Amino acid sequence: MIEIKNLTKRADSKLILRGIDLSIRKGETVAILGPNGAGKSTLLKVLAAIMKPTTGVVKINGLDLKKNILDIKQLLGYLPHSSLLYDHYSPLENLVFFGKMYRVHDVEQRAIRLVNEVGLSFFLNEPVKNFSRGMIQRIAIARAVIHEPEILLLDEPHTGLDQGAIAILNNVIVSMKEKGTTTLMVTHDFKQAAEICDRIIIMKNGTIVDDFYIEEQNLGFVVKKYQQQVEGVS
Amino acid sequence: MSMNLERENAALPESQLTGTRGIHVSKILFGATVISMLVSFYFIFIYAAEEKTMHAAQKIFYFHVSSAWLAFMAFFVTFVFSILFLIKRKRIYDMYAYVSAEIGVVFTIIVLTTGPIWARSAWNTWWVWEPRLITTLILFFIYVAYIMIRQMDGVWDKKARLAAVFGIIGFADVPIVFFAIRWWQTKFHPIVFGNGPSQQGGGMEDSMLVALLLTITAFTILYAYLLYKGVSFEKMRIKVEQYKEKLREKMEQ
Amino acid sequence: MNLLRTACLLAKKDLYSELKTKQVLLTQIIFAALVIVVFSFAFDPANNTTKAVIPGAVWVIIVFAGILGLNRSFISEQRNDTIQGLLVAPMEAASIYLGKFLANFMMILVVELISIPFLFLLFDFKFNGSLLYFIVVIFLGSFGFIAIGTFLAALSANSKSSEMLLPLLLFPITTPILIGVVQATRIILTNMEKFSSALAWIQLVTAYDVIFFVVCFLLIDYVLEV
Repeated sequence: MIEIKNLTKRADSKLILRGIDLSIRKGETVAILGPNGAGKSTLLKVLAAIMKPTTGVVKINGLDLKKNILDIKQLLGYLPHSSLLYDHYSPLENLVFFGKMYRVHDVEQRAIRLVNEVGLSFFLNEPVKNFSRGMIQRIAIARAVIHEPEILLLDEPHTGLDQGAIAILNNVIVSMKEKGTTTLMVTHDFKQAAEICDRIIIMKNGTIVDDFYIEEQNLGFVVKKYQQQVEGVS
Repeated sequence: MSMNLERENAALPESQLTGTRGIHVSKILFGATVISMLVSFYFIFIYAAEEKTMHAAQKIFYFHVSSAWLAFMAFFVTFVFSILFLIKRKRIYDMYAYVSAEIGVVFTIIVLTTGPIWARSAWNTWWVWEPRLITTLILFFIYVAYIMIRQMDGVWDKKARLAAVFGIIGFADVPIVFFAIRWWQTKFHPIVFGNGPSQQGGGMEDSMLVALLLTITAFTILYAYLLYKGVSFEKMRIKVEQYKEKLREKMEQ
Repeated sequence: MNLLRTACLLAKKDLYSELKTKQVLLTQIIFAALVIVVFSFAFDPANNTTKAVIPGAVWVIIVFAGILGLNRSFISEQRNDTIQGLLVAPMEAASIYLGKFLANFMMILVVELISIPFLFLLFDFKFNGSLLYFIVVIFLGSFGFIAIGTFLAALSANSKSSEMLLPLLLFPITTPILIGVVQATRIILTNMEKFSSALAWIQLVTAYDVIFFVVCFLLIDYVLEV
């Protein structure tokens, strides 16, 4: 599904990504862990095609990121730190606008269904600017999946959410996973990573230092591996 | 300290090689600039005939026209390297575009200061709203804006890209500005080369023309020297930044 | 035609959002009114010679009110990083430009529709010229100004002080348009005998519009590239 070969990214004279090789199969849910400044968000931005890599090849679904950019963008759902929502618009209007951008059929029905799914149907027509952080994040995830993307790129989706919101968010991710969506998730939240992901990648200083599969939501295993790689504990 | 530098150079034989070649080019250009400037001074002040009504004040005309020529050429170079940068995305093209624009702005200022001095003795007024003057003024504003874009914060390739786009737009605008203003009002300027639509060609004596052409040549060489020097400064600046970054990385580890 | 479809979608989004908040449009109109008031202080409306500055005043209003709207058009997308939302969507940079251009153009037309009659009314200006050609000149001038203005707004939005940068970029570049439309407006409003010369100016402005619209279209990819 995603093939990355020798990817580097340089900003001025600082190397942010130093040679990433990664291959992710369809349907995998991958968590990217690592300390601040490891280049996790940058990797996600390169995949979302909003940042150009300095060198390297990225292939998504067999399509080259440089050549078939429009086709690839149709496959991607991207949720960064910020919500990407228009403040004056209601959830419905936001979702319908972005849905139309992706040429979703029956966009209004789908938007209403998604808002229901994230449990905000009561606020369907309220402007987003009055919402709390948790509510905004739930609408933001609905925005990212409005066109049923085949690849979901999430940048710290759990940050600042309460338990209820986390449960709803995880529900959406899991239900997307059941439909065969590939998910890449940058996170600091080991518990969530262990809970919903089946593969963990640990990044440090712009390179991948560890890459392993986990079973049965083994949180302790993830923490141990992370400490080994990042904090130098063995 | 010097030991260290030598060791660095030994590690990078390639850069040292280009370094010595660079010093030669720079020396040759410097020598050529000095010689051609001295020759053109001789022609301006001793060889060329003195103008009847303006006397010595007319001599500034040679520098005025040559500076204007240099500025236009510099902006054209910026335009060409802006296009090259957008196609090839090599940092060296961006450096040339930037340094050339800076030189252009400096010489536009010279044009805008020598112009009024000439105007004072020729037309008895400091400033006239006349096509070429206004065009030069607008040109000055366009390239000051270009340099403002370079002052933005952010990574170099973003700044270089935006500046290149503006360099292209700005230069494409110049002929239109000139025609619009020329159409708007045509009055004072003597047309030195060729004939204007509504004005008589002022005409020059041969000795003046020779002096003018020599000065223009001298200024062109001066431009080449400044461009070369400016770009090598930029290169050094980048190199220093790279060393700094390397040191920082070592300290972090 | 996907390009046009997404552009219209984007323009509709901007205009609808403007309809909800009325922030920018209201500011533009009040600003235009204030400029007119300042003009009345600077040039005595009772004096007959004041009529000569009306064509210039029209364009001063359009330019300054226009720049207020242009400043907002890309800055507003920085809130919640919605510009990223547009950039990850499957559309070309040209449609973002076209959409923003359409929205800005509509808004400046509304401002003109309100402020120019207001100006004529307050300065007791008798309209003798050809209304049709006046509208054509206003339309062409605003088109060019907003086309290049939207482009440069996208460019300057990368800067932290874009409100200050945009006028510095925009005014020198638009000089030909401003000269052309002010001359054409003056002839059409006050001196219809010289109409052929006004037509020449209109041609110049049209040529400028076409050239820069095409150039902006070609270069916008590089501006919005990330």
